[in-house]
Amino acid sequence: MSDATPSSALPALEVETLRKTYSNGVQALKGVSLKVAQGDFFALLGPNGAGKSTLIGILSSLVNPTSGDARVFGISVNRDRGGVMRQIGLVPQEINFNQFETPFEICVNVAGFYGIPRELAKPRAEKYLRELRIWDKAHQPTRMMSGGMKRRLMIARAMMNEPRLLILDEPTAGVDIEIRRSMWQFISGINRAGTTVILTTHYLEEAEQLCRNIAIIDHGEIVEDTSMRRLLSKLDVQSFVLDVTGLDGKLPELDGVKLTRIDGQTLEAEMPSTHNLNALFAGLTAQGITVTSMRNKTNRLEELFVRLVDRNDHGAAA
Amino acid sequence: MNDSSRNAAIATAPTFRGATRLRANAVALATITRREVRRVLRIWTQTLVPPAITMMLYFVIFGKIIGSRVGSMQGFTYMQYIVPGLVMMSIINNCYSNITSSFFGSKFGRYVEELLASPMPSWVVLTGYVAGAVLRGLLVGIIVLGIALFFTSLHVAHPLVAITTVILGATIFALAGFINAMFAKRFDDIAIVPTFVLAPLTYLGGVFYSVNMLGTPWREISLANPILYMVNAFRFGILGVADVSVWVAYVVMLAFVLGLGAFALWLLHKGVGLRS
Repeated sequence: MSDATPSSALPALEVETLRKTYSNGVQALKGVSLKVAQGDFFALLGPNGAGKSTLIGILSSLVNPTSGDARVFGISVNRDRGGVMRQIGLVPQEINFNQFETPFEICVNVAGFYGIPRELAKPRAEKYLRELRIWDKAHQPTRMMSGGMKRRLMIARAMMNEPRLLILDEPTAGVDIEIRRSMWQFISGINRAGTTVILTTHYLEEAEQLCRNIAIIDHGEIVEDTSMRRLLSKLDVQSFVLDVTGLDGKLPELDGVKLTRIDGQTLEAEMPSTHNLNALFAGLTAQGITVTSMRNKTNRLEELFVRLVDRNDHGAAA
Repeated sequence: MNDSSRNAAIATAPTFRGATRLRANAVALATITRREVRRVLRIWTQTLVPPAITMMLYFVIFGKIIGSRVGSMQGFTYMQYIVPGLVMMSIINNCYSNITSSFFGSKFGRYVEELLASPMPSWVVLTGYVAGAVLRGLLVGIIVLGIALFFTSLHVAHPLVAITTVILGATIFALAGFINAMFAKRFDDIAIVPTFVLAPLTYLGGVFYSVNMLGTPWREISLANPILYMVNAFRFGILGVADVSVWVAYVVMLAFVLGLGAFALWLLHKGVGLRS
């Protein structure tokens, strides 16, 4: 298990050599094993078709495993499906509620499916719809809602049974940055309050900012399972884009830094992650170049993700 | 709930045993049934009005216009004779179409996943959908019976037989519709059975005639039609006359309820058409 896991003997999720082969012969999971500690904020990343949704489908009872087992707070999905479902809240990738019902009806009904009486479900639905800032749409048909509102409704719906494990399968897909940030804030709050969160996302900066631990799945196998800090420390090269003035003549040469001219006002600098940035600035200043602003060329996690998945692709090809 | 109380709730997650589980299942069952009934009432122009209009046309054309030339059937006017069969026909059709469109719609819109990813046992899901369909069937039956009373007078001979037959018949076709919806992959798949199986069986099930009027082998062949038993048991309940024994009809209906119910539960448990 990774180094930043919150302490608790019983993992929130324990997956043991889980395999899934679909009827068309596609092997979506090839013996996946994984542990997620209680209270963790865990990222499950992987390219499209890697097996993330199949794994989540098995945990949420939408996909039957071919072999292996998964235990949620010690309860086996093979032995006690209902017991597992009581622990889980699921925010699926695709919009999957009745577009003719209102958000309030959807939340209260889903609570009912968990055996929560309406007198308890109604205030709870109001609470989460308010927290996710869609209460003003609570009694309108959901087909009239925007994409971002629908995404937030799916989170509110998943919270109706106040789950111990919240699984979010690309919850912010297609959502603008402002709403995305408010969703991050809500989910972080839920996690701080003790709910274990598993997040899959294609916005890697989202995973980097929110998650303490991470697993990367590719071709149905876990290719990395560690803490976010440890994974990011593996990145030995960093790249920056610099907006500069005074870049008139020849490209300057600096020790340990590979500089590339993008245009008359922009440079790209690639250097070891241990390289001193002050030395870069000093070197450029000495040659009459002033840095007016700088940014990371790519997200650090994105860089690592691409490398890990590429490596796995080459391995599989070989 | 604040952070500390939520933490406390998480630390003391309830165990679902005995009465707690029973209560939770009762709440879940009531939720599905309520949702189904609300759906029927929300789209009443599609669920309640069409059968009323169709049956009114049957009463006018077959009961009044043609019926007046047919004469009496087993001691009743032709209008009185066909009322039980037409009521049963509308109940059967509406139960079937309610559950197929509702359950297949939930598959098509993927909100069936709300049910699959919940802790509800399969029998609760099945019972909830069947209860919703039976309630629509009963509602339509009451409307059609009410319309019939504008055309003729009826005295209910055996109320208990009439009520139990309606419930059993409605349950059978709700279960059959549920199975159809589970296998269905396209909307066409839920239209095939009503068109090519249900309609012929209903029209040949003694709604408009007594099977005793048929010669051999058509009478014997008709006895293989399960709808014949429902129509005749209900006719016995309303008019006190039937072509078959009511006890045989009960045995046939109970056998269908148990057989179709067990098959539907098995399909749900396996996740046929639902889980990959």
